[in-house]
This record gives sequence, structure tokens and C-alpha cells, in this order.
Amino acid sequence: MTTSPLTDLGLPGLRSGTEQVPAADGPQTGKDFTSDQEVRWCPGCGDYAVLKAVQSFLPDLGLRRENIVFVSGIGCSSRFPYYLDTYGMHSIHGRAPSIATGIATAREDLSVWVVTGDGDALSIGGNHLIHALRRNVNMTILLFNNRIYGLTKGQYSPTSETGKITKSTPMGSLDHPFNPVSLALGAEASFVARTIDSDRKHLTSVLAAAAAHRGTSLVEIYQNCPIFNDGAFDAIKSPETKADAIIPLVHGEQITFGSTLEDGPMAGKGAKALVRDAATGGVAVVATADVDAADILVHDAHNDDPTMAFAISRLTDSGYLNTSPIGVFRQVQRPTYDDQAREQLATAADAAGNDATADRSARLAALIGGGDTWTIL
Amino acid sequence: MTHTDKQVKQLDRVIIRFAGDSGDGMQLTGDRFTQETAAFGNDLVTLPNFPAEIRAPQGTLPGVSSFQVHFADHDILTAGDAPDVLVAMNPAALRANLGDLHKGATIIVDTHDFTARNLAKAGYTDNPLDGDTLDAYAVHTVDLTGMTIEAVKDFGLSRKDASRAKNMFALGLLSWMYGRPTDPTTTFLTKRFAKVPDIRDANLAAFKAGWNFGETTEAFAVQYEIKPATLPPGTYRNITGNLALAYGLVAGGVQSGLPVFLGTYPITPASDILHELSKHKSFGVTTFQAEDEIAGVGAAIGASYAGHLGVTSTSGPGVALKSEAIGLAVMTELPLVVVDVQRGGPSTGLPTKTEQADLLQAMFGRNGEAPVPIVAPQSPGDCFAAAVEATRIAVTYRTPVLLLSDGYLANGSEPWRVPAVDELPVIDPGFATEKNHGSGDDAEFWPYLRDEKTLARPWAIPGTAGLEHRIGGLEKGDGHGNISYDPANHDFMVRTRQAKVDRIADTIPLVEVDDPSGEAKVLVLGWGSTYGPIGAGVRRVRKAGYHVAQAHLRHLNPFPSNLGEVLAGYDKVLVPEMNLGQLSLLLRAKYLVDAVGYNHVRGLPLKATELAHAIGELVGQAEGIDVELGVWGEPTQKEHV
Repeated sequence: MTTSPLTDLGLPGLRSGTEQVPAADGPQTGKDFTSDQEVRWCPGCGDYAVLKAVQSFLPDLGLRRENIVFVSGIGCSSRFPYYLDTYGMHSIHGRAPSIATGIATAREDLSVWVVTGDGDALSIGGNHLIHALRRNVNMTILLFNNRIYGLTKGQYSPTSETGKITKSTPMGSLDHPFNPVSLALGAEASFVARTIDSDRKHLTSVLAAAAAHRGTSLVEIYQNCPIFNDGAFDAIKSPETKADAIIPLVHGEQITFGSTLEDGPMAGKGAKALVRDAATGGVAVVATADVDAADILVHDAHNDDPTMAFAISRLTDSGYLNTSPIGVFRQVQRPTYDDQAREQLATAADAAGNDATADRSARLAALIGGGDTWTIL
Repeated sequence: MTHTDKQVKQLDRVIIRFAGDSGDGMQLTGDRFTQETAAFGNDLVTLPNFPAEIRAPQGTLPGVSSFQVHFADHDILTAGDAPDVLVAMNPAALRANLGDLHKGATIIVDTHDFTARNLAKAGYTDNPLDGDTLDAYAVHTVDLTGMTIEAVKDFGLSRKDASRAKNMFALGLLSWMYGRPTDPTTTFLTKRFAKVPDIRDANLAAFKAGWNFGETTEAFAVQYEIKPATLPPGTYRNITGNLALAYGLVAGGVQSGLPVFLGTYPITPASDILHELSKHKSFGVTTFQAEDEIAGVGAAIGASYAGHLGVTSTSGPGVALKSEAIGLAVMTELPLVVVDVQRGGPSTGLPTKTEQADLLQAMFGRNGEAPVPIVAPQSPGDCFAAAVEATRIAVTYRTPVLLLSDGYLANGSEPWRVPAVDELPVIDPGFATEKNHGSGDDAEFWPYLRDEKTLARPWAIPGTAGLEHRIGGLEKGDGHGNISYDPANHDFMVRTRQAKVDRIADTIPLVEVDDPSGEAKVLVLGWGSTYGPIGAGVRRVRKAGYHVAQAHLRHLNPFPSNLGEVLAGYDKVLVPEMNLGQLSLLLRAKYLVDAVGYNHVRGLPLKATELAHAIGELVGQAEGIDVELGVWGEPTQKEHV
């Protein structure tokens, strides 16, 4: 069985996220992945951009359409599967990770994707999200974070900033928000990334890395809701402010951002840099010009210890978003739940005999007729 | 161990209850006695009864755990109403169980724990062994613990460890009294404690000492003999409901060729199904212990979508949590077996006690019109066939099925005739492999284009080229399955989902009525685990010379197609249930029959004797006569009931 060219890691000992998923016979186009259903999101919704990016990314993935499954919960973004011509299930609120866990554990020949939102994944389905991450089931979770409830018309969400005035919080919301990346890291996630709906190139590169990862990949996608939370991500999207707002994470590279320094020893780097903060044990933002080059943090997504990734994730604003690290925070290899579950089945079948499937009837008879029996003639 | 010269008395049935503290090993003792009895060839029915607390405070009434076994030389239906023999390991066990005994019953008491402190814990102000309060019973006071410690003194155990073998001493004594074969227990103990030779030898010594004590002491003058029962030919084993149910699910997987996927969350009294299925990975059975009840059913639905047999097992509180997901399975029309081992409710209720009060939850406990077929086993062994039947319906009709067991079936046991595998139905998943609508280049796959006979939709699993499709919880357009908010379509789809479930009646057996004289005016109709008590109650009424008919429902939704006709054939219908009348409500609604309820929710099986009186009263009303059950109305009546 050939696998996807995009996710074939080419590294001995490392299993790709799409290993065992049959590759397409020939080239595919975005059209092959576009269903005949009319897309019904509001005009200007960030979901359109993500859908387009996914539809153009899937052909590059090079897998058979019939071996791809998209599962969603409830919310605006959860309509996603209807618009892709793959197998799909639009399930119930918050439960997509559990349904996807069943699919991924049952079938290693499927590429399993979950599409969810901040309410779906972090509020009603929070439990399933954290347990999927800790189990490390082989699937990719796309968490569309618009920091608001869209489908129910504009209540605050678990990622809304405190004090948010909405229909349900006329005097301002009181809840402290979740930081999805921090949450995922705390839940033992093996792959955690953040990207932006409007940056097709970055989004696509993160999708490829997530698909290549064997285990649960969590991708938080900042997504604008033009109706109920318009402009929530303006700072990281506006050409004037984004250099200072986005902290780009690239494995193996020093983490700097802000306007590019023109001269000096740090020329070409951003004006701001991340360094370890001895006082807090965390990470601090400093002026690049003020520190030794050797002190600037080099991003290590493959560090087994998630401490640094967590520290970096804390640089995300919990109020109005002025600063946010973007990129792959963490990507480490850890045995997946589904691979191990299937291995246990195979081990047990081997122990039962070489041809465990063929003689199941005989073994069933032995099973139910086992124990202490007696015969009446 | 040799036989004795003591007097041997023939009995045709005996009910023994072992009772002690939760930590005294009463469940093990009862289970071993049961296995010996099964090996001997008696018919038997058991009733374990234990607290929800793993170790309630020692010596207290809430901490009492008991195991009742009824065995006979003929076929029996219940664990018995009133024990003939009570083995009480402490004052609390005596006090908690005394009320269930009939006068004249034998009580064997371990005197060791009848100290002032333990008597007080059990609420006794005076030692009941000293006064005359037990005069109506044949009481044997024996220092079981003391004799056990003496018997095992050579093994160097602490006094505490030594005294823990007292349950085996008691088992040895009872095994002697009733002429049970001892080899099964000797083998069992040798195997169970193979890694701890001291404990093994102490238990074996205690067991043997108990037997020898019975043989030599003058306190027990009589040994009893209960001849093997004549059961239909076949190979038998003793089996609990949970074990039989787990085997039935394995069989459902084998017979359908589908790998079984159990997504579940531990809950009393259903957890043993998870434990058992987790041992059968060689059959392709995956067990997924989820983070909660909802994830358990969610994963099972996902596995079904991927072409496995999705199963979730739980008890009533878990069904409540799974309701929305079961609705999703109704809407997406995917096979799913939902096992509900019912327990006392509402809320957390009585986790270790039995009840049948989830019938209406199974029937209606979802939003919208969400019909779900319901199958119920009638005895522990019958859980096997019921699980296979639930699988057949789920796979054939692409629907969730509720399998309603209960705590009594789950933990109770009976001899089960092991079926031949070729007697089991072959279940065809019939996966869709081709486009089913239009032709040529316009050919499409329509996920909701139904089979004309069963109204089942095609099951196209991921990996099948050309059949890519999307399903979900939103209403589907008839045939093509795309989202549809069309009023007429919704009305049609709601009726079609109901019609599909109704059509299952075409493939289920007609309800059979047992009416030997053909002159009965009263029908007793039950479902689930009340089969035994109802059968025993009916037998008593017939023995007393009256006519009564009996029928039992395996399928609660849909009902067998002849049920209305059957009900109309009787003047009165009595419906015994361990709830406040849930089947009665359904029968009244559907058939406009004036069903009379007989309802108890005590967390225990119905009592055959009480039921016999209720039946007798209704027979009296129906026939305009005075019904006198005589000895057949007494719980002590020992003959063939």
C-alpha cells in the first residue's frame, strides 16, 4: 500500500499519520473534494476560507477520497462535512472526538478529521477533547475558534474575553477564558498548532504537518465571525499591526517578531525576541537589540517536555487579541491509542491460532461450552 | 471425603442463604456451593444480594452481603421466596435476614462474632442466641471462626488471615449436609491461590475441616440428599446473566462477521460485561473504556459507521446520559446495541439491586419521535439468545436496539443448555457496494433509499469507493439523504422511521401462551426477569386446581403481532412488574386492555407465593369463585414449584 506523498515522513521508525491509508490512483483536484451541497455560511465568514484551504489541500494529501472521514459536532463550523465529497458525519454537540475515536480505532485505513468550534470542543465537549488528546488517537482536530457562539446567535463562548457584552451578558461576561493551546498541552497532546483562517499558506502548512503526525493533532484556527464577533483577530490580520501581533513559531529557529531590524548584529530578525525569564520560569518578550543572540529562544517543537511550549502559549492575550504565538507549538512521537488497541487484538488473535478468523465458529463453540459443564443424555 | 453413617433424608428442593459481612466472602461461598450443585446436576437458581458499598462498616446491617441458592431435583424457576437454611456469620447477618425465614427453618450461626460490641452494632440489646426469640427455628450455634483458626493453625497465618478462611469452613459444612461433590472446590482453591501456598492450604484445610465437622459432630444428625434434576438433554453449564450476555455479543459478532466494538463506562451492575468482553480480543472484540457514558456510546456509533458492530453497555443512569446519542443513531440509522442492566432508580437509586423501571425510558427517553426496538431476556441464560437477537435486529434494520437486562439476571445464575453454534441465526450485514440511484454517468449513491421489505437504509462504510456520503443528526431528505427542512418530508421521515421499527414484528415470533387446560379466564403477562416468579406463581395456582394462562414478552417494541388478539382472549390480564406499571401502561395505550398491575419495587425479585395469591384473587374475580390456594399459598410448600 502506498501512502500520501505529503505525509510520508521518510524517516525510519516514524509512522506517518496516514500510513495504511490507501493513496489515490492519480492526481486529484479541489473539485474532487467538493460536494454538490450549497454552502450556507454567512457572507464573509472565515469558514469559507478554511473550507477552500482544506479543499485545495486534500488533493495534495493524495489519499483516496473514500478513505477520508470528516466528523463534526454542532455549530456553524460543524456543517463542514456536508461540503466535502468524502465520508462524513455531522454528529451531536461536543461529541465528535468520541465518534472519531470509534472510527479511528475501528479502521486504520481511514484518515480521520474532526471539525469543531470553541463552543463545541471547549464547552459542551470539553471532556471528550481532553481525553482524545491524552489517548492520542490518530486523528486531526480542526478547532475553529471565533471566540463567540454563532449558531445560537451571539452568546459569549469559553474563549471570549472576560467582560464580553453579548445577548446573554448585557453587563459583561464573568468567565475567565480558556487558552485552547495551553489546555491541549495540559491534556498531554502530542501535536498542538495554531493558525489563521486568512493565511492560506500557513494554514495549509499546518494542515500538512497535522496530517503527517501520527496521534491526535489539535489545530486551533483563528476564525473571524463577521456577524457576532467581527474584528476579533484584526490585530493579527491587519498589515499595520500583524508583525507585532504574531509570534511566529518555526521549529529550529529563534523566536523573534515585530518590525524587522535593518542593521546591527541582529539584522533580519524581528525587533522583539523571546527569552527565558529567570524570575518567573516562563518566557518573556524583550527587545532583540538588548540581548545576546545566544539567549534568544530557539523553538523546539519536538521537545518531549511540554514546559516551554506551555510557557510560549501563555503569551496569548486572554482579552482582546493583540499578541499570539502562531505555528506548531509541539509535535512529539507517542504511541497512539488506536494502534495499540489493534495490536492487542492482533496479539490475542495470534495467540488463539494462526487462522483466528476462519475458525471463529469453532472457537465460539469452545468459548460458550467452556467452564464446568455436564451433559444430560 | 467419605460418606457417613448418619441418617440420610431425601428432599426435592432446598433454599440456602449464606449471609455475612461484606468482607466475609459470602459471594464466593455461594458461588462455590452453586458450582458444586451444578456439577451434581440439580436444577438451580441463585440470588446474590450485596450492598453498593465495597466495605460498609464491619458488623453493621448495611454491610451485610448474602447469596441465596435454590436447588432441586426438578426444574425450578426462582431463587425461592423463603430460605430453608440461613448461614449467619455475625449478628448483623442474622438480624438482617431473619425476617425472610419461615418458621422451622434451620439457622447455622457462627457464634464467634456474637460479642457485646458486634451485637450492639447490629442493634441487638440482648444476645438473641440466649433468649427464646429463635425458638421457632432449628438453631445450630457453632464457633465456625474458632474451629477454622484451630484447623489452619499449622500454616503460620496471622489470626486475622486464619479467620478469613471461615467461609470455606462453612462451605465445607454445608457441602457435607447436602452431599455436594467437593472436587470442584478443591480444584478451584488450588488454582485460585496457587501463588500463595499458605493461603491455599489454609483454605483447603478449612473446607475439609468443615466437612469433617459435619460428619463427626452430633449437632448435625441428618444429611440430606437432593437427586439430580431431569433437564432436557444437552450440555449444561452454570452461567450468570452478565456472562451469558457478553457471550451473546461475541456470538453476534461471529454470526454477523462484524468485529464487535464495545464503547462503555464502568457502572454497576453492568461492568462485568466490559470485563468479560475485554478478554475476547481474539474474536476481534475491541473494548473501549471511555471517559464517560456519552463517549462510550459515541465511540460505538463511530465504530458502527466504520462497519463494526457498535455496542454500549450501561445501567439506567447511563442510558439517560446516552439518550441524545441514541437519538443520533436513530436519525443516522446505524446499527447499535445498547445494553441496559437495570437497577433500582431514580437517580443513583439502588445500584446493586434489581428493578424493571427503565422500560419507558427505553421506549420514550429521547427527544422527538425516536422509536427504538426493545428486547428483554427472561433468565440469566436467556441473556445469550437475547443479545444475539438484539444484534440481529440492529444489523438487519440499521437501528439502535435496547437490550433490557436487570440486576437480578446480571448476577443471578442458572444451569444453561449450551446451544450449538449452527443453531444460531446467521446475520447478514449486507454492506452497500454499489451506487443505487440513476444509471450511467448520472448514477449516485443515495444513503436513504430503503429496502422495500425491511425499510432499512443501505449501510455504506468508509473505504467504499463511489459511495461517499454525509449523514448526521439533521433531518434527511427521503432517499437522497441531504439536509431537508421540508415539512412534508419531515412528516414522511418520522412516519417511515416508526414504520421501519414496526416492521420488525414481521420477523419476530408470535407470543406463545401457556394455557394447558384451555379454560383459563386470566392471563398473566410479563417481561424480563419476572419470568421465573411468574412461572412459579402460576404453577402454584394450577397445583391448587385453578386455571390460569401465562405468556412472556421477549420483544417490547414492537410487540409480537398477535399480542392484541391474545389479550382479547382473556377476561382479565395480570401484569406483574418490578415497577409501577410500565408495561401495563403500554398495553393499555396500544390495546385498550384493562391490564391489572402487580407491582413491587423492593429491589428484589417478585416472590412467587405473593404472586400466586394475586393471581388467585384475579382468578376468583374472573370466575366468580372463592380461590383457596391451601398449601400452595405457603412459601414452605416444597413440592415441585
